[in-house]
Amino acid sequence: MFLINCPFCGEREQSEFKAGGEAHIERPKQPTELSDDEWAEFLFMRKNIKGVQFERWNHAHGCRKWFNIARDTSNDQIKAVYKMGEKPPVK
Amino acid sequence: MSKNLRFKSSKLLDETYRISFKFNNKIYYGYKGDTLASALLANDVHLVGRSFKYHRPRGIMTAGSEEPNAIIQLHDNTSRTEPNVRATEIEIYEGLVASSQNCWPSVNFDIGGINNILSPVLPAGFYYKTFMWPKNFWEKYEYFIRKSAGLGKSPKEADPDIYEHKYIHCDVLIIGAGISGVIAAKMAAKNGLKTLLVDEKSFLGGSTTYDNSEFSKINNQIASSWLEKEVNEISKLENLEIKTRTSVAAFHGYNFLLARENLTDHLPINQRKNKIRHRLLKIRAKKVISATGAIERPLIFDNNDRPGILLSSAIKKYIDLYGVACGENIILFTNNDTAYETAISMTQRGIKVNAIIDNREQVDSKLSYEVEKNNIRIFKGYTVVDTYGYKRINGLSIMKLSKDGQKVIGEKIKLSCDSLGVSGGWTPSVHLFTQSGGKLKFREEDQVFIPSKYPSDQLCIGSCNGDFTIEEITANTILSIKKFLNIKNTNYKTLEIMTGINKSKRNIWLLPSDKILGKTKSFVDYQNDATAKDIKLALREGFRSIEHVKRYTTTGMGTDQGKLGNMHALGIISETAGTKMGEHGTTTFRPPYTPLTFGTIVGRNVGKFFDIIRRTPIHDWHVINNAKFENVGQWKRAWYYPKENENMHQAVQRESKAARDCAGILDASTLGKIDIQGTDASEFLNRVYTNAWSKLAIGKCRYGLMLNEDGMVYDDGVTTRLDENHYIMTTTTGGAANVLGKLEDYLQTEWPELDVYLSSVTDHYATISVCGPHSKKIVSKVIPNLDFSDEKFPHMSFKNAKIGEIKCRVMRISFTGEQSYEINIQSNYGKSVWEKCMEAGKNFDITPYGTETMHLLRAEKGFIIVGQDTDATMTPIDLQMDWIVSKKKYDFIGKRSLYRSDTIKEDRKQLVGLLTENPEEVLEEGAQIVTDIKKSPIEMLGHVTSSYYSPNLNKSIALGVVKGGKKMLGQKLIIPMENKNINVTVADPVFLDKEGKRLNAKL
Ligand SMILES: [Zn+2]
Repeated sequence: MFLINCPFCGEREQSEFKAGGEAHIERPKQPTELSDDEWAEFLFMRKNIKGVQFERWNHAHGCRKWFNIARDTSNDQIKAVYKMGEKPPVK
Repeated sequence: MSKNLRFKSSKLLDETYRISFKFNNKIYYGYKGDTLASALLANDVHLVGRSFKYHRPRGIMTAGSEEPNAIIQLHDNTSRTEPNVRATEIEIYEGLVASSQNCWPSVNFDIGGINNILSPVLPAGFYYKTFMWPKNFWEKYEYFIRKSAGLGKSPKEADPDIYEHKYIHCDVLIIGAGISGVIAAKMAAKNGLKTLLVDEKSFLGGSTTYDNSEFSKINNQIASSWLEKEVNEISKLENLEIKTRTSVAAFHGYNFLLARENLTDHLPINQRKNKIRHRLLKIRAKKVISATGAIERPLIFDNNDRPGILLSSAIKKYIDLYGVACGENIILFTNNDTAYETAISMTQRGIKVNAIIDNREQVDSKLSYEVEKNNIRIFKGYTVVDTYGYKRINGLSIMKLSKDGQKVIGEKIKLSCDSLGVSGGWTPSVHLFTQSGGKLKFREEDQVFIPSKYPSDQLCIGSCNGDFTIEEITANTILSIKKFLNIKNTNYKTLEIMTGINKSKRNIWLLPSDKILGKTKSFVDYQNDATAKDIKLALREGFRSIEHVKRYTTTGMGTDQGKLGNMHALGIISETAGTKMGEHGTTTFRPPYTPLTFGTIVGRNVGKFFDIIRRTPIHDWHVINNAKFENVGQWKRAWYYPKENENMHQAVQRESKAARDCAGILDASTLGKIDIQGTDASEFLNRVYTNAWSKLAIGKCRYGLMLNEDGMVYDDGVTTRLDENHYIMTTTTGGAANVLGKLEDYLQTEWPELDVYLSSVTDHYATISVCGPHSKKIVSKVIPNLDFSDEKFPHMSFKNAKIGEIKCRVMRISFTGEQSYEINIQSNYGKSVWEKCMEAGKNFDITPYGTETMHLLRAEKGFIIVGQDTDATMTPIDLQMDWIVSKKKYDFIGKRSLYRSDTIKEDRKQLVGLLTENPEEVLEEGAQIVTDIKKSPIEMLGHVTSSYYSPNLNKSIALGVVKGGKKMLGQKLIIPMENKNINVTVADPVFLDKEGKRLNAKL
């Protein structure tokens, strides 16, 4: 069980958080302009890599804020925690 | 007792405290401090169980948690009965009752023993190969296999004991209180660090506690005496918390560990009352030091599993710690110096060492000279090729090893013994280290895996780090702890060590025999009866990865996770395949290190504490009025209110009729309520619901459908505009938390520019719904100041009102199709307003109804229940709810998905009404719907989602989803049941009052 450094509350147990999948997948501003394939790319396609992955997490049993983390999926080490809207740190 | 196997003056035992216990229905005696194993051995009992597959007699093999054979059933046939308890770990107490498991009718005469004779036809993978064919016979085989297999019996009654969980945060956790753990604890605590030291034993000091020989000295003192002083000193240290009888079960990432503290298992039963039995410690440590020691390896030779064969270190421990001899004529078999320590302990106590069989040609150490001085025969360069005796070893034969160790040569020599101690060197206990994600490396000199890469802030010291001699252990521990904890000065300058051990070792994973391998039974995994032959067979059949070989042969799959034999399995694989050790992977050790009881895992979360129970403010009234409840999520909801002898069907029929004929009242407090405020609230609703919201007037209500981004229905409910920038949204009971989460997600991540605030107010309000033709008269009596006329207060509108001084909100909305009013009032007034409604409705036969009637009434109207009539594959179009999907809005959640190539298909499953040919026949929910029963396989068109007998229509009605159902109106379909086929006709899902006249009570 890892510890996550919520940018609003500080370090807390993983059990207080909810994972929200891959980060930086922005909802298209004009969905109607998209082809089926383009929409499906947004809707369904997610990465599952071994290594540093950017993820959305929510402090569900705390401040209820969403934020991003950079997590190494091979050892669960969290390389960075950053707020929504901020750019991912360079690897 | 005929033999004298017990010595006086053991450090651990209290010889003034004699304890009687029962094993296999016979009474024995031992002393306080004995384990069940040491007490049995003192009574000359070696045979304690039968092996899993061949039912071979098995004896106590070790003196610790690695024990594969001596696993017993504790407290036969009581609620405390517990299987798979290791006799080597359980301390005896007055009243202990234990018995062998995995044997029938008794350990001395076991019918399953026939498997031993049949063993040539029971090779690895036998069950997979034989019983899986023909396929449909498996059920028959399984019955017999399950009957004769299985380890122990689980209790049949509730566990009477108390368990609890505790969080511990510390600077340093030290696992294992052997010599290196004790040194580390002293250094850490004296350096001001908050330190926790745990050990699975009842005492501190590990094996050095009984290292009493002249050949092992620290600063010129006998090692055990030196350590005793150290243990006394650390017991008084302020920063140090010590927990004995505490076994670390799991080592997770981020230095999070679980340990089981055993508090009462060693106490007499009558002293355990109201005490906590086990405590699960959830430890978060800044730094972890593993000092988990090492486990002695057995040797792999023919018939290496007979009762009386033990690890040589176990024989030493039984002598030096418990004062128990494992026999009177003992042979030791070794490939290293460890067995010589055992021999010296034995001669000190006057126990006969018949011989030492040593794989090595060259043996020279202070220890071996001492042994030779005592005139003990040493067979150098020899190996054991066979053993004799069925229920207890009585002899063995040995032969000379060839130079390369691959063959045996020369004459066979027979020797007699009543016990055999084996030593194949030591295996570091890296289980917890690897659990944490640590990587191992292989050390060629002595063929061991040792820690190499730490995944977190941790350190391994002592023999679990591959240091096996006392000078290596002490020197390296002090050095590495200094560095790890950044300590400048220590109390330990240089320790002066004297040891008699020479590190030489001759490692042969599978010892050669004069017989061909197929004729031998050389056990690698004792508990699961996996032999060297089985492993070689697996390799011949193409298995390569250790994980596959493990599963195929079941090596390492027992309750002991193969703590003794895993290394040999790896060794035999690499030898046979001609590869390097570790190349086929090492086995992964998984938590728990030793088995945990369910009680420990569950802790206090049992009975009514198992899960949160949510009750509405009106709950007590429902209880008094005989309601039956159903669980909806964590909520208890009134299900129906049976009168006198009514069954559920009768009650629901009565309630349903009353709601339509006069008046019904429902507790709807569990519906999710979200308060939405902000200048962009309308825009926000526009984006989350499928229909349009900007034009909804203040004081009006609207039904909304919420989709996932994939276009599938997610939740529904009525939302009311309370003010310009203020709405209250209702959600389904089960969906409340998820809907709030989803809305927050969009607000924070996709639309942070919107000025909207969300607040869950589900528990703040009680919701009372009064429906039926007389509902208006009833609520008018409860709230006399409010104008309930249809002109002032039409359907789908809302009013602020007061009941006495208490503010409330009244919505005129309907889930039943009847004229209906919902009163929302501060929770703590809920029950009193409910009672007021009951009083006001007395003359109109107001009838409380539960969720079952609510479901029936809405089904008559064809209203869906999200989650019952939908799953995550239904779009609003599939539900024939096209009317609620706005064509004008540019975007809303899920809109784009509604015209994906897949969602616009015409033959998707669509919601339809179903009417049975026989109006009395009620369909089963979940039943399959088909059209052609002659086709094979029959094509499944869909299934029934809701089904009731309608007392208002006097016929059976149902909703279902059917492929292409929209176009099937009037078509006949078939519901095939186990013993009949039911004919149905596809109908409009709205069965009652399609025009909606009843909403205004115009019947
Ligand atoms: Zn937070």
